[in-house]
Amino acid sequence: MSARDLYQELILDHARSPQNFGALEQATAHSHRENISCGDTIDLYLLVEHDRIVDVRFEGQGCALSTASASMMTEAIKGKSLSEVQQLTDHFRTYISGEADTLDEALEDFEAFQGVRQLPARVKCVTLPWVTLADLLTQKPD
Amino acid sequence: MRDLREYRRDFPILQATVHDKPLIYLDNAATSQKPLPVLETLDTYYRTYNANVHRGLHALSERATAAYEAARRKVAAFINAPQPQGVIFTRNTTESINLVAQAWGRKFLTAGDVVLLTEMEHHSNIVPWQLLSQQIGFQIRYLVVREDGTLDLSNLDRMLDGVKLMGLTHISNVVGTINPIAQIVDAAHRAGAVVLIDGAQATLHIPVDVQALKCDFYAFSGHKTCGPTGIGVLWGRVDLLEAMDPFLGGGEMIESVTLEKTTYAPPPNKFEAGTPAIAEAIALGAAIDYLTGIGMERIAEYDEMLSSYALERLGSVPGVRVLGSAPQRSSAFAFTVEGIHPHDLSSLLDTHGVAVRAGHHCAQPLGRRLGVPASARASTAFYNIPEEIDALVDALHEVKKVFGYVRP
Repeated sequence: MSARDLYQELILDHARSPQNFGALEQATAHSHRENISCGDTIDLYLLVEHDRIVDVRFEGQGCALSTASASMMTEAIKGKSLSEVQQLTDHFRTYISGEADTLDEALEDFEAFQGVRQLPARVKCVTLPWVTLADLLTQKPD
Repeated sequence: MRDLREYRRDFPILQATVHDKPLIYLDNAATSQKPLPVLETLDTYYRTYNANVHRGLHALSERATAAYEAARRKVAAFINAPQPQGVIFTRNTTESINLVAQAWGRKFLTAGDVVLLTEMEHHSNIVPWQLLSQQIGFQIRYLVVREDGTLDLSNLDRMLDGVKLMGLTHISNVVGTINPIAQIVDAAHRAGAVVLIDGAQATLHIPVDVQALKCDFYAFSGHKTCGPTGIGVLWGRVDLLEAMDPFLGGGEMIESVTLEKTTYAPPPNKFEAGTPAIAEAIALGAAIDYLTGIGMERIAEYDEMLSSYALERLGSVPGVRVLGSAPQRSSAFAFTVEGIHPHDLSSLLDTHGVAVRAGHHCAQPLGRRLGVPASARASTAFYNIPEEIDALVDALHEVKKVFGYVRP
């Protein structure tokens, strides 16, 4: 595997200038997670209105893979209903674990992580934002 | 530079390729590679004299017992222990430290006592004491690590006040600092403390002499000493070992058992309950023969040369920051590259065949103290050569090209 297979330009773009980065003051839900193997942190903020994610932001310290994953995830879920987001979360999980090989249009950017799927230690980095999102989907927004 | 490259041929794994590139193995602080005599010793044991030790009266058992006890004598000589009786075979350094905590600490520490550790410790020399402290209620105090990666010894005597046990690492697994053990042990003994040294990072790199160090316990791992996994050593002063309670109960560690009461075997058997890692202990003996055949003084001398070279080369890469700058240091180099997360760095170096560790290196308090929660770490052994340092540096330049600047 070459460095370029692993770190495709799309990943580096998102890592360099992540979308939806920063705190979200009017958030209705917030979750914080850490990757225990490296100490990376992520804070995810959702603004949910009528069961729809109106706005989403994240902040924290992470590697390029987790930052890019978080950035792409926020793009994918913004404007979606909670049930749609739940489906995307399940879909992401089947792809990154290798159960599924194709991606729906909403998650097509995640194709860039194809090479990472062969590196279990790094799959955790890509998964971190999604696990943080799952925390929020299972709790009732306050 | 005169190196020890002639020994590379004894390590079959050094011929391996990774992602179609020659393996550059720079993760020796995590585990060392194994030379042929160690592999052959394991194979010969299982093929020709596999039997349990200390109980069978048949030929194979006698041969296995003789080899197992010979390995104990080799370990004793390797660390210049006064007698083999003080050498206890464990699984690894972690288990050795837990043994001291459970068998010595549980018996001799009380609520008013203090255990002194350092901020430089691996988690394995912190967590066993925290666990015990939760049960007994003694206080844990930590010697501070300075910016350069050395221990702040300026107020050592005050820090040692009321301390009953001090635990510290011989060599840092992150910043490579070689601690002035004999000096610290002297001060600790004056204060009446017993001293346990974590030697996990020392035995591959420098001669270890427990009598010169004057410590009371010394722990190390076979797998970081060119031996197999699953075998470790705790050396202890025999009078301390005799006064301690057993660690685990079972076969091998008893003198006599009735339904009401058991009397224990003298050390070391008292602390070796159950069938030990026989093949691994014998193979650790082979590893020690191999290392002493090269000469630990010679290894230490080369370690120092290669370390200087690595420091100089790593320092030449713009954006690279090597953590710690202790004057006395061994060959573990934690470093960061500006704008590249250590995990990305490690994955990218791996695509060039270069194996380094990334993360907190099981020493989170040290990372916090140095303000670097995660870093990459290259760590060499005597079988590494300057060309491999060059390969690391070349790979770092390549990685920087791929990555460009990324928001930290």
